Amino acid sequence: MITAGIDCGAKNTKTAILNDGNIIGKASVLTGFDQSAAVKESLDLALEGAGMKRDQIQRIGGTGSGAQSIQEADIKVNDMKAIVMAAHCFFPTARTVVDVGAEAARAAKCDEKGGVVDFAINEKCAAGAGTFIEAMARALETPLEGMGLLALSSDNPIPLNAQCTIFAESEVVGLIHAKTEKKDISKAIHDAIARRIVSMIRRIGVNPDIVMLGGVAYNPGFVTALKRELGVDQVYIPESPEFGAAVGAAVVAAKDGNG
Amino acid sequence: MAEETKREFWRWEETNWVNPDIKWQDAKIITLGIDVGSVSSQAVIMADGRFFAYGNMRTGSDSPNSARNVLKFALEHTDMTEERIDYCIGTGYGRVNVPMADRTVTEIACHARGANFIYGSQVRTVLDVGGQDIKAIRCDDKGKVTNFLMNDKCAAGTGRGMEVFADLLSVPIGDVGERSFQIDREPPPVSSTCVVYAKSEATGLLRKGLMTNEVLAAYCSAMADRIYSLLERVGVEPQFAVTGGMAKNRGVIDRLKKKMGLEPMKTKWDTQLAGAAGAALFGYALCRKGKGRAQ
Repeated sequence: MITAGIDCGAKNTKTAILNDGNIIGKASVLTGFDQSAAVKESLDLALEGAGMKRDQIQRIGGTGSGAQSIQEADIKVNDMKAIVMAAHCFFPTARTVVDVGAEAARAAKCDEKGGVVDFAINEKCAAGAGTFIEAMARALETPLEGMGLLALSSDNPIPLNAQCTIFAESEVVGLIHAKTEKKDISKAIHDAIARRIVSMIRRIGVNPDIVMLGGVAYNPGFVTALKRELGVDQVYIPESPEFGAAVGAAVVAAKDGNG
Repeated sequence: MAEETKREFWRWEETNWVNPDIKWQDAKIITLGIDVGSVSSQAVIMADGRFFAYGNMRTGSDSPNSARNVLKFALEHTDMTEERIDYCIGTGYGRVNVPMADRTVTEIACHARGANFIYGSQVRTVLDVGGQDIKAIRCDDKGKVTNFLMNDKCAAGTGRGMEVFADLLSVPIGDVGERSFQIDREPPPVSSTCVVYAKSEATGLLRKGLMTNEVLAAYCSAMADRIYSLLERVGVEPQFAVTGGMAKNRGVIDRLKKKMGLEPMKTKWDTQLAGAAGAALFGYALCRKGKGRAQ
C-alpha cells in the first residue's frame, strides 16, 4: 500500500511517501506564512522525487502544529502517535521518543506495540526548541550548521544562567564582551537546552531504548549533551530524522486504510 | 555603500533632575539609593527623606561601572559631591556591583518602600515591570512587604520583550502605547506568550494585512494578560500602583487596568525610580536610628 504523511511544522513542512513501510520519496519545504501552499508544494516535490502521481497515493496522513491546514489529508494523526509510530518502525526496541523541532519539543513513552503510554510537550517556549540554538548562533555570529562541532571542541563547562532565549542572547553578548571563547559559549548553549529537554523527558521517565527525531538531531553537539544529561550511552537516530513525524503519519494512514 | 546610522527604536529617554527647592547644604541626613537593573540603573539622592536629585539611565554592557555612571549622572547639575553622602544602599539585580554601597537591600523590599513613598501609604499592591522581570508585591501601609511573586525567567511581559517588539515594528518605544490605541477596532491578543514566537506571529499578521498599530495592540493585549495572571496569583488589594518602566506604557497598563477593573494610583514621579527611592529611604531610616556609618 502506498501512503503519504505530511507534517506541517512551524518552520518546515515535510512529506514522506511510503510503500509498505519503505520510504520511496520525501521532501521538505519552508512553511513560511502560507501553510496550505507549503503543504501542496511539499507533497508535489515528494511525488516528483518518487516519480509518482498523486492518484497513486492511496491514503494521506496529516500531522504537525499546522495539521488543520492539510486539506489533502484523509486522516489527521495526533503528533504523539506519529512520532511513536515512526520510532517503533525504525527501532522496534524504542521505549522513549524525543522529537525536537524548530518551535516544539515532544517526548513520548511507548510500549512494545508502538502505543503511546505517556507524553510531554513544550510548544510555548523558544528556549526548549531548535529556535534557541538558531538565535544563539546569530548572537555568536556562527553559522547554525557549525554550532554543534564548535561545542564539541570545548571541554570547559561555563554557566549560562538565562532560561529565556531573549535573556540568553544578552548573556551571550556579555560573554563575548568578556572575551569568553566561542566554543565554550557554544558548549554552554547546547548543555542548557539539553538540560531543559531532559527535564521534560524525566516527566515521562527515561526508558531505553531512546530514539531521537526532529531536525535538531542533526546537531552532534546537542546529541552529545542530551546523552550526557540523560545518562545513557546510546540514542538511536534514524536517517533523515526530521521526517520522523511525516513517516509516522504515513504509517498510521496505512494501518487506518487497512481497517 | 555608506553606512546609515541605524535608528534604535528600543532606546528610551535617559533623564536626570535636581530639586530646585532644596538646599543640600541645609540637610541633616543625605542618603543615596542605587538600583542597578539588567536594563536600566537609577540613583536617587534624598535630603532628610525628600527627593533631592536623581538619574535614570541604561545599565549598558559595562555593569560594574553602571553604579558609578548613574551617580555621576544624578549629580550632574548640582555642586554636591559624593563625599557629602551619609549612607548608600545598593539594590537591584546588579547590587553586588555597587562599590559605594554601605549595604544592600533586596529589590522587592526597596520597590515596596519606594512605591509607598511615591504613591502614598494607601498602596497595598505594587506591580513592578522592569527590564527583565515582573514583580507583584503586597505591602502594608508602611511599605513593608507582606507577600510577593516574581517572574525573572521569561521575557514575556517585560521591558525587554517590549524593546524587541518596538525594534521589530520600527516604532520608537515611547510611542508604542499611544499608537496601540490609534486603531479602529481592538484585535485579539497574539496567541503566543513567548516573545520569540510572538515575533513570528506578528510578522505573519503584518503579511496578512494588519496595520502596525493593530499588531502593537495585539501584543500589548497579550502582555497585559500575562501580567494579569501573575497579579491574580498574588491577589490584588486596593490601592494598586505600578512601578518600573512599563508603567509608562499606556498600551499595556490601560489594557491591564481594564481587565482588573481597578484604576491604578497616580504619581508625579518617574516610576522607574521606585527601587532606588526605597533604597535611599532605608538608608535614611538607618541613619535616623543612629545606625549609619561609624564616624
